Amino acid sequence: MSSSRRSFFHRSTLRAFVSILVFVALWEVGARSKQWFGIAVPWVGNIPAPTAVLHVWMGLVRDPGYWQSWYLSLLRVLAGFLTAMVIGIPLGLLMAVSRNFNDTFFPTFEMLRPIPPLAWVPASIIFWPTQELSITFVTFLGAFFTVVINVLGGAESIDVRYFQAAQAMGASKWDTFRRIVLPATVPSIVVGSSVGMGITWNVVVAAEMISGGGSQAGGNGGGLGYFIWNSYVGGAYEQIVVGMISIGIAGYICSELLRMLGGYLTPWLRTR
Amino acid sequence: MSTVVKAAGTPTSAKAQAGEIVVSSVGKSYGEGQFVKEVVKDCSFTIERGKLTVMIGPSGCGKSTLIRLLAGFEKPTSGSIKINGKPVTGPGKDRLVLFQESALFPWMTTYDNIMYGPRARGEDTKEARSLAEMLLDKVGLRAFRKKYPTQLSGGMQRRAELARAMINNPEVMILDEPFRGLDAMSKELMWEYYSRLYEESGRTNFFITTDIDEAIFLADRLLIMTNVPTQVRAVVEIDIPRPRDLVSLVDDDRANEVKMEALSLLHEEAMKSFAGGSKAAADFIEAYSKRLRTKKE
Ligand SMILES: Nc1ncnc2c1ncn2[C@@H]1O[C@H](COP(=O)(O)OP(=O)(O)OP(=O)(O)O)[C@@H](O)[C@H]1O
Ligand SMILES: [Mg+2]
Repeated sequence: MSSSRRSFFHRSTLRAFVSILVFVALWEVGARSKQWFGIAVPWVGNIPAPTAVLHVWMGLVRDPGYWQSWYLSLLRVLAGFLTAMVIGIPLGLLMAVSRNFNDTFFPTFEMLRPIPPLAWVPASIIFWPTQELSITFVTFLGAFFTVVINVLGGAESIDVRYFQAAQAMGASKWDTFRRIVLPATVPSIVVGSSVGMGITWNVVVAAEMISGGGSQAGGNGGGLGYFIWNSYVGGAYEQIVVGMISIGIAGYICSELLRMLGGYLTPWLRTR
Repeated sequence: MSTVVKAAGTPTSAKAQAGEIVVSSVGKSYGEGQFVKEVVKDCSFTIERGKLTVMIGPSGCGKSTLIRLLAGFEKPTSGSIKINGKPVTGPGKDRLVLFQESALFPWMTTYDNIMYGPRARGEDTKEARSLAEMLLDKVGLRAFRKKYPTQLSGGMQRRAELARAMINNPEVMILDEPFRGLDAMSKELMWEYYSRLYEESGRTNFFITTDIDEAIFLADRLLIMTNVPTQVRAVVEIDIPRPRDLVSLVDDDRANEVKMEALSLLHEEAMKSFAGGSKAAADFIEAYSKRLRTKKE
């Protein structure tokens, strides 16, 4: 605890703050250029100023609809991501340990993998009975392929000496899997899931925009992607930026939680 | 060759006495057609039970290849390997191999690494745990029992590996240059430590090295290998009583005699590969002829 508080005032933290401050200040000056100097700076002159965004945001914080958007997007991300982990990790491990399984499933997997998740949106809407399921499915796809390919790669690149050592000490196949393959793959699972989490947020927002966030959900209740799209359609430009920053914050929290969990699962890597 | 067990290598159990390995006319090649590389050629020797057999040969002659054959991870191209009269068909619990490069499991602490064998066989018993404690003390790693391999020095890792192998009480211990890359000081400590372990257990040991001092300090029998494709060039019985003492070994006539004999043979072998233009062999000759000169003076 104390060490993390000390590192808060560390030089790198300071630099990060300065960098963000300068960025926001330049943005403010650029956005208010017309109002302050009479000449609009191209591009930046057309977007809302940070202070205006903050003002709108303060108002939105008291609006349950805004939080509903957070909730819906988070729910879809979590559902898609967790499903991808639950199916993807065993699948990747199975492909790594079983030649036959790999021969059977890898070609299909490799054929489906290059299809961008967003290309699945129309088919998904047709296929799944509810809009909620189709968005979650597309979100799932975003993380799924990354998780599988990372787990597979991680498990296949385990040093053969570990297997030889285990075998020489009388380890059974199952024990080798449980105590060699599994822990040796955990770092790749952690990497795969954090990359997958990033993709999940990209996908969920785009899917919500394309699918309209669910007409049955109605109005401002279709997730952060729909929130942004709706703000754009309604001309509420400050809200667009609020939506964007909200996604940034939500994605950051998710990645940070994953990093913490990952560190907890791989104590031997913390010692480096 | 006599099979009489030497004074200090007193076997404590029938198990310690088992583990004779007979290698007969073994050959091993890699690759095919014009890329074929013959690494072991018509190689025969016996690793006697309860003895510490040391194999010495120039770097790259095929020692690790022989180890992989003994371990059962690879099959010989020709010839046969028998352990206790039975042909080796794959890896087995009767042999334990310590590979050249450290292979501690990075995700396990020192203690968990040592306990790997017993747990893998479903023998996480009180006896196994107290044996692990004893071994931790013996290899001087008690304070590091909860550390991960990356937190240990190279020498500590080797000791942890040694303990991880010892706990399994195999009939045969096979060690491939286990102390390579250690500094002179820790190397000598390891020699003393390892030979004590051997003397206490009396189990069959097969030890690979490129270091003549290490070989003479440890060996009951010394196998001197030819260059690649490797064969046994000479067998030297080292009948210096145990426990041996590093300091007095320097002045031991018998030890120096064996050393000179072995060095001249190794020198010859290295010369052969020098003719083949190998850089490694050139370095090897450089190092050994320097030693020869200092010894002769
Ligand atoms: N899988 C392989 N395929 C082809 N050649 C190989 C293979 N393994 C070993 N060799 C060759 O066999 C020779 C002997 O290798 P090996 O590792 O057995 O030597 P070594 O005596 O253990 O050397 P060192 O003392 O340096 O460890 C080398 O020339 C190497 O290139
Ligand atoms: Mg070797």
